[in-house]
Amino acid sequence: MSAKTARLMGLLTLALMIAALFMVFVYVPTEADQGIVQRIFYFHVPCAWVAFAAFALVAIAGIFYLWLGQQIWDDLAYAAAETGMVFCTLVLITGSIWAKPIWGAWWTWDSRLTTTLILWLLYGGYLLLRAMADDTSQVARFAAVVGIIAAADVPVIVVSVRLWRTIHPAVLVTRQGGHGLEDPRMVATLLVSMAAFTALFGWLLMLRFALLRARWRLECAARELGLAAAAAGDLR
Amino acid sequence: MNNLGYLFAAYTIIFIAIFLYAGFIWRRQARLEEDLRNIERKLKDVRDEIAAHNGRDVRSASS
Repeated sequence: MSAKTARLMGLLTLALMIAALFMVFVYVPTEADQGIVQRIFYFHVPCAWVAFAAFALVAIAGIFYLWLGQQIWDDLAYAAAETGMVFCTLVLITGSIWAKPIWGAWWTWDSRLTTTLILWLLYGGYLLLRAMADDTSQVARFAAVVGIIAAADVPVIVVSVRLWRTIHPAVLVTRQGGHGLEDPRMVATLLVSMAAFTALFGWLLMLRFALLRARWRLECAARELGLAAAAAGDLR
Repeated sequence: MNNLGYLFAAYTIIFIAIFLYAGFIWRRQARLEEDLRNIERKLKDVRDEIAAHNGRDVRSASS
């Protein structure tokens, strides 16, 4: 990835984020029941979408790593897991802040909240494994398996509001079918926010992935230096 | 219902987290590139040393 691509992606993200903020705070009408705090929705849902996409990417990259054994897939999985974890944490925090004035509690053991917390713990374990263990191919293979299994929780979270009794609203696809956004301006604002967060995710993923590739190049160069130094030592 | 504080807190936390994460990546990238440059410089020195040694061997063999 060139620095120019990263800069362009960063600028696109910034432009979309400014547009999303304008729409959230100026353009979109205030929801009648919940009032102004409902505007958390326009960043809470895109955070969830990006986290789910990131964890799906971890699983896909993990499958390719197990299949092909190429380091690039392991680096992609690691970068996606870490970026997804940032957004998954934000989903839990913003959801909790939204829940307090609406439900009267910061947290409730509702099916969607609980399955999202399980997802966060699973990928927290994945990242701990990567951070604590050595960078061997055995650890990478084990991490790929964990990443694939953990991603199975994503569809469970999506359908949880229809499978179990829950107080979490089903807004995007309601229990009766269709979406629950009553005003087209709400739909437009949500779509722009989704685009902004998708661009943000793409940008952060590119940066993190480039960092992991650079680290891999550094390790290769260090190995080469060790061999060359040993060869020079033999000559002396 | 006026819950402006909650709204402000949610958006502030989102942007602080994103800026912190982006800053963490930029800082690590800069440090890693510096390490990579150092190693490449050392590698070049060692290669030059090997090449110079090989050159001396070739000259002494031919004389």
